[in-house]
Amino acid sequence: MTKRKTFEKFAFYFGNTLIALIFVSPLIWMISSSLKPESEIFKGLNSLSTFFPKGASLSNYIEVFQRINMWKFIGNSLFYVLVIIVLDLLVNSICGYALAKFEFRGKNLLLTLVISLMVFPAEAIMLPMYREMADLGWINSWASLIVPFVAKCFSIYMFRQFFLGIPDELLEAASIDGCGPVRTFFRVVMPISGTVYATIFILDFVAHWNDFMWPLLVVTGEEKRTIQLAIQTFFGSKPINYGPIMASLTISAIPMLIMFIFLQKYYVEGIASTGIKG
Amino acid sequence: MKKSINKISERRAAYIFILPAVVLLAAFLIYPSLQTVRYAFTDYNIMRPDRIVFCGLNNFTELLKDEDFWIAVKNTLYFTVLVVPFQTVLALALALLISSRRKGVSIFRAAYFSPQVTSMVVVAILWTVMYNSSPDSGLLNALLVKLGLEPCGFLNDPKTAMNSIIFMSAWQGAGYQMMIFLAGLQGISREQYEAASIDGAGKIQSFFYVTLPGLKSVIQYVVMITVIQAMKLFTQPYVMTKGGPQNSTRTLVYYIYEQGFQKRNFGYACAVAAVFFVIVISLSLGMKKIIKAE
Repeated sequence: MTKRKTFEKFAFYFGNTLIALIFVSPLIWMISSSLKPESEIFKGLNSLSTFFPKGASLSNYIEVFQRINMWKFIGNSLFYVLVIIVLDLLVNSICGYALAKFEFRGKNLLLTLVISLMVFPAEAIMLPMYREMADLGWINSWASLIVPFVAKCFSIYMFRQFFLGIPDELLEAASIDGCGPVRTFFRVVMPISGTVYATIFILDFVAHWNDFMWPLLVVTGEEKRTIQLAIQTFFGSKPINYGPIMASLTISAIPMLIMFIFLQKYYVEGIASTGIKG
Repeated sequence: MKKSINKISERRAAYIFILPAVVLLAAFLIYPSLQTVRYAFTDYNIMRPDRIVFCGLNNFTELLKDEDFWIAVKNTLYFTVLVVPFQTVLALALALLISSRRKGVSIFRAAYFSPQVTSMVVVAILWTVMYNSSPDSGLLNALLVKLGLEPCGFLNDPKTAMNSIIFMSAWQGAGYQMMIFLAGLQGISREQYEAASIDGAGKIQSFFYVTLPGLKSVIQYVVMITVIQAMKLFTQPYVMTKGGPQNSTRTLVYYIYEQGFQKRNFGYACAVAAVFFVIVISLSLGMKKIIKAE
């Protein structure tokens, strides 16, 4: 091992450790403050001790759960996000499969439509969408949070790209065995396509778990309140104590963290593949 | 004979398979898009949904005279023009930092990605607290004072509010682009670096002559998605500043929200939305064209 190599190795670990610590310091501060009594949070901000709670206590967390129904809001978010995902996986995968493997009239038109609708910004159509929800009587209902987001051009496109790679021989073999096209899809194609389903699952989860604007419009009151709305409301409600606020932020990040730990590989692949295919 | 039966059943299956997606897209994407255009030419007020009167180009001529609209356009462009290069360079730098295959790299990768795993609302609230303008209760101002600098107004000062949002947004978003860059870096072969090094290229030269050209299409893609994302800025100003101080962080999407839902000028807000729509679509088509042309 040359001196230079040792130095490079040292520089790599030292540099990255330093930069990573600075990079995540806001999150460390968030967690550290969530464990401190209110009077301690803003004491000694200019010293390193601000990042380390002395005598950590969970009282801020207890206060959050006493003041608001955190479980319910997390449950609300988990529920509507998971329902969107399950429906998205079904509806868009069969559509993507038809576009990849079936011949039918209007196929090219549909494909062109899917690709061009992919760039439609949802923010531009939220007003008539809101009106539509009101006309359907869906304001403040699960339907308004779920139904409009089931069909997604992006998912259709991702599924199509994946299914294109499945060899036709496999489908023909299934057909010779007497499988109709529908059965072939559910019995043969779906079971070997776990990766693309997992990728869409985690991309969807992140997107909808974080969604703020649409729930802000269609959810009124506590019944259907999502976790993002809940922490935003908590942030603005008196008494403003920063310890519990930091605790609420930390709690709300946990479900996504868990999801990320388990599906990290697919998420990274999903991001990377969107980049390479463009 | 068997074949043709197969074809028929395949076609039938195809229509069944596309039906749910097509119906939902028509109902919740195409229909509202058309409605946006329709309402943009009316004086629709949300309090009087039964009385929608066509008013021609009134909303659009109004827009041209509307100072707040132009401020929103300016703020959105300002945010985009600054955040895109900043975030892209930051993401590329982070990707380069961890591109080597050493032990423990995944820990650093997770660290740089961690703001992505916490939602935008969470980091927006966190940074609002950190940006507090008093050195006694704002983490960043305490740091500035410690370094012997003047405390900064951050979100309270119209001069620095948008920059503060830019800085935070780049920090939150860079991890995502970093992942795309990492995948791109893996696509550059080792031989190219070796060839460059045989030709006597140092680290810096091989970055400019091998890495950057090799990443060209990835950079273009990253810039494109970052631009489009930046144009939609809403959550940060909503949570952190409510568009203030002095309108300095009011963006186009924020303005649509404000006009449509707070001031209840639905028709007018749809006109703003239509303009926003045209801007975003032309930006993404324009950038796609540039990418394809090369």
